[in-house]
Amino acid sequence: MRKWILPILLLLSFNVLAETPEEKGMAIAVKADKADTGWQDMKSEMTMILRNRQGQETSRKIRNRQLEVIGDGDKALSIFDSPNDVKGTAFLSHTHSKKADDQWLYLPALKRVKRIASNNKSGPFMGSEFAFEDITSQEVEKYTYKWLRDETFSGHETHVVERYPTYKHSGYTKQVAWVDKERLQALKIDFYDRKGKLLKTLEAQGFKQYLNKYWRPAKMEMVNHVTKKSTTLNWNNYQFKNGYSDRDFDKNTLKRSR
Amino acid sequence: MVAVSAKKYLAFLLLSSGLFANASAVELSGSISAEYRNFTQQALYPQQGGNSLSGAAQISLVHEWNDGDQIFAFVPFVRRDQHDDERSHADIRELTWVNVADDWELRLGIRKVFWGVTESQHLVDIINQPDLVESADGEEKLGQPMLNLALIRDWGTVDMFILPYFRERTFPGASGRLRTPLPIDATQAQYASDDKQRHIDYALRWSHYIGDLDIGLSYFNGTSRAPGFINTGTTLIPFYDQIRQWGLDLQATKESWLWKLEAIQHSGTMPVNDYKAATGGFEYSFYSLFGSSDLGLVMEYLYDDRGNSAPTPFQDDLMLGMRWAMNDEQSTEALLGVITDLDTNGHVYSLEASRRLGEDWKVNLEGRFYQPKEATDPLYIYRNDDNIQLELNYYF
Repeated sequence: MRKWILPILLLLSFNVLAETPEEKGMAIAVKADKADTGWQDMKSEMTMILRNRQGQETSRKIRNRQLEVIGDGDKALSIFDSPNDVKGTAFLSHTHSKKADDQWLYLPALKRVKRIASNNKSGPFMGSEFAFEDITSQEVEKYTYKWLRDETFSGHETHVVERYPTYKHSGYTKQVAWVDKERLQALKIDFYDRKGKLLKTLEAQGFKQYLNKYWRPAKMEMVNHVTKKSTTLNWNNYQFKNGYSDRDFDKNTLKRSR
Repeated sequence: MVAVSAKKYLAFLLLSSGLFANASAVELSGSISAEYRNFTQQALYPQQGGNSLSGAAQISLVHEWNDGDQIFAFVPFVRRDQHDDERSHADIRELTWVNVADDWELRLGIRKVFWGVTESQHLVDIINQPDLVESADGEEKLGQPMLNLALIRDWGTVDMFILPYFRERTFPGASGRLRTPLPIDATQAQYASDDKQRHIDYALRWSHYIGDLDIGLSYFNGTSRAPGFINTGTTLIPFYDQIRQWGLDLQATKESWLWKLEAIQHSGTMPVNDYKAATGGFEYSFYSLFGSSDLGLVMEYLYDDRGNSAPTPFQDDLMLGMRWAMNDEQSTEALLGVITDLDTNGHVYSLEASRRLGEDWKVNLEGRFYQPKEATDPLYIYRNDDNIQLELNYYF
């Protein structure tokens, strides 16, 4: 059996050499997705700071709960704590890797649950520089990929990978991501608009590892190069394995989210 | 009196919540609002006031325990109006306890429930009595005492309701605007049932979603939320019939299109209460216009098979609406709508706009303009009641 090893190794390295940039990009995405599989469920708190062109700030507070769904998109519930006039408003999404996502909004003053269209991908989330498509579950199938090069970015070895949205109604033609080789997390993403012009840049910082496996950032900053506005997300209190089930992401739960 | 008791109420609530907050996780929030209502036309009746100032407050006290599986909520509301004593009122919007289990929820107490999908009117929505003095569009509601058991299954949610006490409709007083020519004497209200307000109503609803379809089927048996009127020659006396109502509400969400339908079959002891009615139409949205604004176009057809003898103004009407959301930091929004009576060509226009000021304030502008063409149109009584209302809200 031993004599087979060398040819197999040769064959493997030949395959690596023959890997196209598209295949390599895809392989990195699959690897990153696999490394972030098995967390089951998660909750976190988020403060969103919106900064206008003059640097004036307003803030929002949001609590997030997520349920990992193996084989399809994840489920997520976001509850708004501030500003006070939207306190108790909640947003439920069941994302899907192939078909359109299901989304509902709960309006506490009317006690009304509204099913909303999920094709508003490029619209701003809560008046911020983050679009809906930037904050919803990132499934491998939602993009095609192309590896560009490897380089060092702010002290980390990274793969630089282009990705192209395959879902309808995206506001982007492409994204360029700097993916940390070791942690397999995007440290920076450039977003290009429908005309192919650089629109926004996202940078993530303060990564911490949870459950000895899953890396999460403490801070994300999105800068819009066209409007000169920016939004910072500060993440707190990540908690994993809370024992959530589908029941915690249904319309009945949405109606009593506070 | 109301204002004084409201102040005491507020002080008590603030104090008790302060005490609670130290002991456990009681969450206090609420809003205080000042409103100025301008009537653009001369009143039809000499007793009626013109422009009016009014103030309102709502407080919400919520306590959750057992990881959110037990919830207690208390939400009192009070309004004081400059002219109309009937509009000065207080109500318990919620006083409720909820127990959450894996496949059921028990909700007990005074609560508010919303059913339905359409925008122009809410036919299927029947559990709560609308608070008509609070808002003429029926979006505000009086708290309804109930026992509600929800069974949550893979094939949908079944909600069972027992409603042990009936809330009578509120009407503007003789000095208020948007009233009937003859004043309504609600104190003389009559009922088809001998149990009157103590008649025990019940309701059932199954709701589910399958793919992009959200569906609800409902049944109600009990006291009609909408009264008929007995004309004594000097006053109108509300008469509450015993009715049964079957309801269907459907929404299909197809990309930018929301297709909506609500339909009811209604029957009672009075012939006028035997009817079918429906509202159906769509909402289509354009996203990211002029940067980041959204524009929604709404069209709904409103039908009632009683035709021109229907007590509702919306028997053969078309609603056209436009929703504009700027998606800016101040959440600037506007909603414009017109309902046209296809028989008489009468119109009702409505305008709603809002914008947040700073972090905790919000300004609302609302206008309603009535242009009925025929005296037979139930909206004819509002022909001189066009109004614009400016509201400033503080949220905490």
